Amino acid sequence: MSSEVARHLLFQSHMATKTAHMSPQVFDNEEKQKKENTRSLAMSGHVGFESLPDQLVNRSIQQGFCFNILCVGETGIGKSTLIDTLFNTNFEDHESSHFYPHVRLKAQTYELQESNVRLKLTIVNTVGFGDQINKEESYQPIVDYIDAQFEAYLQEELKIKRSLFNYHDSRIHVCLYFISPTGHSLKTLDLLTMKSLDSKVNIIPVIAKADAISKTELQKFKIKLMSELASNGVQIYQFPTDDETIAKVNASMNGHLPFAVVGSMDEVKVGNKMVKARQYPWGIVQVENENHCDFVKLREMLICTNMEDLRDETHTRHYELYRRRKLEEMGLTDTGPENKPLSLQETYEAKRHEFYGERQRKEEEMKQLFVQRVKEKEAVLKEAERELQAKFEHLKRVHQEEKLRLEEKRRLLEEEIIAFSKKKATSEIYQSQPFMTPGGNVRKDKDRKNSSFM
Amino acid sequence: MDPLRQSPSRSSSRASSPRTLPCEMLGYVGIEAVLDQLKIKAMKMGFEFNIMVVGQSGLGKSTMVNTLFKSKMWKSTMPGLGVPTPQTLQLQSVTHVIEESGVKLKLTVTDTPGFGDQINNDKCWDPILGYINEQYEHYLQEEILITRQRHIPDTRVHCCVYFVPPTGHWLRPLDIEFLQRLCRTVNVVPVIARADSLTIEEREAFRHRIQENLKTHGIEVYPQKCFDEDINDKILNSKIRERIPFAVVGADREHIVNGRCVLGRKTKWGIIEVENMAHCEFPLLRDLLIRSHLQDLKDITHNVHYENYRIFRLNESHVLPRGPGWVNLAPAPASVPAPAGPQANPGPPKVGGWAKDNSDEEC
Repeated sequence: MSSEVARHLLFQSHMATKTAHMSPQVFDNEEKQKKENTRSLAMSGHVGFESLPDQLVNRSIQQGFCFNILCVGETGIGKSTLIDTLFNTNFEDHESSHFYPHVRLKAQTYELQESNVRLKLTIVNTVGFGDQINKEESYQPIVDYIDAQFEAYLQEELKIKRSLFNYHDSRIHVCLYFISPTGHSLKTLDLLTMKSLDSKVNIIPVIAKADAISKTELQKFKIKLMSELASNGVQIYQFPTDDETIAKVNASMNGHLPFAVVGSMDEVKVGNKMVKARQYPWGIVQVENENHCDFVKLREMLICTNMEDLRDETHTRHYELYRRRKLEEMGLTDTGPENKPLSLQETYEAKRHEFYGERQRKEEEMKQLFVQRVKEKEAVLKEAERELQAKFEHLKRVHQEEKLRLEEKRRLLEEEIIAFSKKKATSEIYQSQPFMTPGGNVRKDKDRKNSSFM
Repeated sequence: MDPLRQSPSRSSSRASSPRTLPCEMLGYVGIEAVLDQLKIKAMKMGFEFNIMVVGQSGLGKSTMVNTLFKSKMWKSTMPGLGVPTPQTLQLQSVTHVIEESGVKLKLTVTDTPGFGDQINNDKCWDPILGYINEQYEHYLQEEILITRQRHIPDTRVHCCVYFVPPTGHWLRPLDIEFLQRLCRTVNVVPVIARADSLTIEEREAFRHRIQENLKTHGIEVYPQKCFDEDINDKILNSKIRERIPFAVVGADREHIVNGRCVLGRKTKWGIIEVENMAHCEFPLLRDLLIRSHLQDLKDITHNVHYENYRIFRLNESHVLPRGPGWVNLAPAPASVPAPAGPQANPGPPKVGGWAKDNSDEEC
């Protein structure tokens, strides 16, 4: 070890110890001291932490990767075919109908593996986009879907018992916007949709079915598109140019946006190789030929060079923006009323206080309501009871009267019976004395009387 | 298994993932280029690592740190140089940025002079626990801000190296108390310090006794058995677990042995080479901490220890592990039952009482 280096090291260590001893042993000053203590230190030998990136990579391999692509474009513009071509596989076969009344989003997840990298790829397609006669509601379902994924992640992050490392990240990392190859300009629907999506997701516009435009028209079309996007303030994804290794490539690719792509899984023999191409009577459009279309550029940029950056941007920019808006909406702020920094924890607790108070109040209310209702019901029942009682009394009285009258009648009847039997007795006595009285007529009268009486 | 600790099942068992269809790709796509992208990003951002060394004075902590990172983190303290032995436990942190082959590492070493030096060492682990929890607290506060930074600076202690004095007998009560409390909050790696005072046989016997001690008292040191993912991890980690605690010797002077320049301690009866596996197990410690398990240490700190702390905090518990500089939040409203945390509990802290999971409506 050269003496120079030794002296340098000694000097550095001396500085370090000096500041270390001088650092006050109170915790809140520790941060400041740490900042001052951070300095570069030269090592005298091989320590071995150059393997750190590899350790990181190994962990990521173990965890697997997640990538979610959203394809927005009219039905039949070639979204599924392009995805198939990009990932060199046949995902799904059937074509969608043109007659859906609303725009829906269909998500499908696939597991791909290349050497030791496992990729969980989710493709989200818009079904029925641009098919309706009235297209006013077309882009809202897309915005809602993207927000819903952010919301799901936010909910997981805010949970008390959470498992973020286990969480299947469904947030959209990139949106491929398919522009139809009219050769003129952007459609209004395209503008509106892109404008509403640009703050929520990384947008990469592509010109679909690019084999329908000639080369010169394509140039003009691209320039027109980019200027329209710029003048309307639509922020599309720019490939990052801060890292030297990929800055040049990315910068040049930025100039080729939007990519004019052709998708095809059919193989055609060209020369002595089978290549993916579309065969026309007037020629063969090769997908992977850079002169024919920008497919290779798209694949390079999307997958090989910038996949990680797309995920990073989604997480650190779009998601944070959503989170901030959502939390502010809920009324939580970083600074309290006296402009002191208020921790989320405290506002969270204050809100919880509030909610508890609210809940108590509601409970009280409900209790009161309940008691009142019970009283009312009781009153009603009492009223009914009283009525019934009155009726009962009335009926009873009526019966009593009836009974008395009947009693009266019976007594009269009995009296009459007694009178009659008395009369019968006396008439029989009279009959048993036939000779004593000359009153044969009397007897006859009596008989007549008796017979009429009987 | 401790119900507090959830094993981070990082591989295929994702409970929340949708139904996935495996697909065959018909040719090369270029997905594996994402690994290079990751590497580039990591190298640009740099790495952070925070290590804490705990042990009585004179056990060679500072020397060990210097040997580990092959640089003078700080001057090895020697008595009589005008440095007063601190009367109470005070933590000192030093941060350096070291670079190797383009990889930048921001290393923070926290020393604990005065640990276990007093006559009455009761609760001498409180400042340490307080410091560790304070780092978690800082991170949590940053994480729950509304507008948060792109990259939250990580000051959480990723690894705590505990120096056991080479008595050759058993773990002392102080060691056991400390290890019990700390292994639940941070990754702890115990080492036998100054192992050059023990012969090889004594070392083995000591090691076995310590392992027994650890098992009896339920102390799980790093690498924890419950976080082993798959069979490869298990095999690798079992080998390491057999050798814990490592018998290490620290040295920052170089000597010539057989024509080579080696780090070692020169004594009258020979030179103890630090990097020689036959002499001491320093290479094992270095490999564990730096070359193979550094990322794993950080992961377990982030996914397990920090999450446990967060759960504990967000459950409205206002009784926190002690330490100076703690801010007690406003007392809980009467409707929420306060959990029975470890108040002034001198006995061994029960696992259940440490962080009771209050039923939480908004969970």
